[in-house]
Amino acid sequence: MSTTKNNTSKQLLWVGMAGISMFFAGLTSAVIVRSAEHGWNSIDMPIWFWYSTFAIVVSSILLIIAQNQVKRGNSPTIYVVGALALGLFFAYCQLKGWEQLTAMGMYFIGEGSNPASSFLYVITFAHLMHVVGGLIALIVTAVKAVQSKYTKENYLGIELTSIYWHFLDLLWVYLFVFLLYSVK
Amino acid sequence: MSDHHKETFISKYVFSLDHKMIAKQFLITGMLMGIIGMLMSILFRLQLSNPGESFAVLEWFLGSKWAPGGILDPNMYLSLVTMHGTILVFWVLTAGLTGTFANFLIPLQIGARDMASGFMNMLSYWFFFVATIVLLCSLFVETGPASAGWTIYPPLSALPQSIPGSGLGQDLWLVAIALFIVSSLLGGLNYIVTILNLRTKGMSMSRLPLTMWAILITAILGVLSFPVLLSAALLLIFDRSFGTSFFLSDIIIGGETLHNSGGSPVLFEHLFWFLGHPEVYIILLPSLGIVSEVMSINTRKPIFGYKAMVGAMLAIAFLSFIVWGHHMFITGMDPFLGSVFTFTTLLIAIPSAVKVFNYLATLWKGSIRFTPAMLFTIGFVSTFLTGGLTGLILGDSALDINVHDTYFVVGHFHIVMGLSAIYGMFSGVYHWFPKMYGRMMNKKLGYLHFWVTFVSAYGVFFPMHFLGLAGLPRRYYTNSAFPMFDGLSDINEIITFFAIIGGLVQLVFVFNFFYSIFKGTKASTNPWKANTLEWTTPVERIHGNWPGEIPSVHRWPYDYSKPGADEDFVMQTEPLKEGETEH
Repeated sequence: MSTTKNNTSKQLLWVGMAGISMFFAGLTSAVIVRSAEHGWNSIDMPIWFWYSTFAIVVSSILLIIAQNQVKRGNSPTIYVVGALALGLFFAYCQLKGWEQLTAMGMYFIGEGSNPASSFLYVITFAHLMHVVGGLIALIVTAVKAVQSKYTKENYLGIELTSIYWHFLDLLWVYLFVFLLYSVK
Repeated sequence: MSDHHKETFISKYVFSLDHKMIAKQFLITGMLMGIIGMLMSILFRLQLSNPGESFAVLEWFLGSKWAPGGILDPNMYLSLVTMHGTILVFWVLTAGLTGTFANFLIPLQIGARDMASGFMNMLSYWFFFVATIVLLCSLFVETGPASAGWTIYPPLSALPQSIPGSGLGQDLWLVAIALFIVSSLLGGLNYIVTILNLRTKGMSMSRLPLTMWAILITAILGVLSFPVLLSAALLLIFDRSFGTSFFLSDIIIGGETLHNSGGSPVLFEHLFWFLGHPEVYIILLPSLGIVSEVMSINTRKPIFGYKAMVGAMLAIAFLSFIVWGHHMFITGMDPFLGSVFTFTTLLIAIPSAVKVFNYLATLWKGSIRFTPAMLFTIGFVSTFLTGGLTGLILGDSALDINVHDTYFVVGHFHIVMGLSAIYGMFSGVYHWFPKMYGRMMNKKLGYLHFWVTFVSAYGVFFPMHFLGLAGLPRRYYTNSAFPMFDGLSDINEIITFFAIIGGLVQLVFVFNFFYSIFKGTKASTNPWKANTLEWTTPVERIHGNWPGEIPSVHRWPYDYSKPGADEDFVMQTEPLKEGETEH
């Protein structure tokens, strides 16, 4: 694997993540502008979003361990599969969180909706769409790990997936804390 | 080793991975859209100069539904204005301009076989192509294309029941722009990473041609600002189609009170202009790069102040992110905030003035070759200056409030952004045509094209400033309903006259372009005696660009008329002579 290809792939990912960050910066700055005006409802954050936060942080840690293992020449499979399982659990928690929100009478659209609840749904939905991309990458990485395709010398796939997944993790923690305080 | 290999028709011309072919695909699509967008402007100019009069040409183009008896329907008028703006801003001057020259020039000028990801590059074009088809389809829907302006402000754009153009046409507009943004991001990622990673040996950042700097900065701007437009479009789609209230509140249509509450249309403006202003520079920066290159080559002088040129572009790019509020001075903005935006906006005058000064200093005492490309370059300096000066008026909140949403604004941005960018694009096409197609464009037709375009473009946009100062609002269907504007009808007729002349002469360019592809004089390897790497590639275009090793670079690209050199140009591939210092 040439260094140029390594650098190029990583930079493509970094620049892409910068673009994604701006997308969420747009959405969250919209919340700041809107929440300063009248008619902004307060919402209690669903407990499932706390669970999902825990899940994605732990899955990120597992990927760090996976990368360290492969660097030492050990098999990263168990950690990658663990991260994938927690990633899927994250997605499940998000769906349950929405269910809890609707049970609380906070709707996304229509009569029962208000800007605060709509923003909450849109931002979590947009993040989840990016997580779906991350899950696909994790599935591919897990399959390759099972097939022992990663070696001490060649683990670019794991590295790229980890970078993106850590990004999604940090992004979610930011969004979660931001939403926790802005929709209160 | 070159990557040249035998290709099929499909892999060479359709799903090509070769950056040069993808560039041509962007160029031809951009030209086609340019013709459509320009034709639209001529159609609505007929209505503006002769309100309510019948023109057979209107009915011929638009049919009896949208121009019954040859009289333009008011809804179609709004649609034409909207689509003209959308097509020219995004399709021609963003994708058509950057897509063409970034793809064509990056690997050739930095010394690479191709872009970092040929596949992403191909995807970028095909997303653009599908976006084009979707946008063009919207011209044929029953309720007409989008008509809330290229800025698609809600609530007009958010409520399908507000005007016919807010129906399916607006939906298709949003889908097209979302696809466009994906295309733009895929392209931008590639441009940045290719320039940073794949430069040939010796091509340090300080030896990059200014075109490369301009494209790099443009791509960074695009990657950071287009996602924000995407977020605005996403929220708008939810408001339109799913009943959310991000931008809507307390609206009554036809006696019916809508359920929406708590939304803010001004919020949309913030999000839109956070993209919208950098977008101005996304359009302009590639042309700033192109004209720097063409000017240096055709004055046979080094570009004046290379580092200052790069610094000015970086400064313009940075400032473009903190000036968006100057589009919103009349939204009830806190006057203090308005003064902050005035300050940041006026700061842009400094790097812009640096650029103009450097252009003039480069021209000064140059041994100028007046090729068509050079004429358009000089035209660019003219419009960048003229349009920039009126920007000082619009950037100042106290003055802007008087002319906001009048033809003064239309005149300003068409000159500074529209004309400057399109002149840069024409300059680039005339200049790099020999590299693209191995043949020369006809010079005499080029001169005809330039002079008629130059005179008629000023004829169209210069008088608009006076219309604006007289208070004539933009976007209105008719001026004849207001007696106070009766005295302005002659000016409107003159503008339309020049618009038609300027439009017709573009056909000369189109003819010259396609004729020269097949019948132009064959080009030599380096017809302009230029220094950059693209002129070391063979005339016969191959995938991989250089048949053997990629050449190394030993000097900057602007060694023209260097004392002690054998000729008045020294290519970047020439090693420094003993005792020779680098510029």
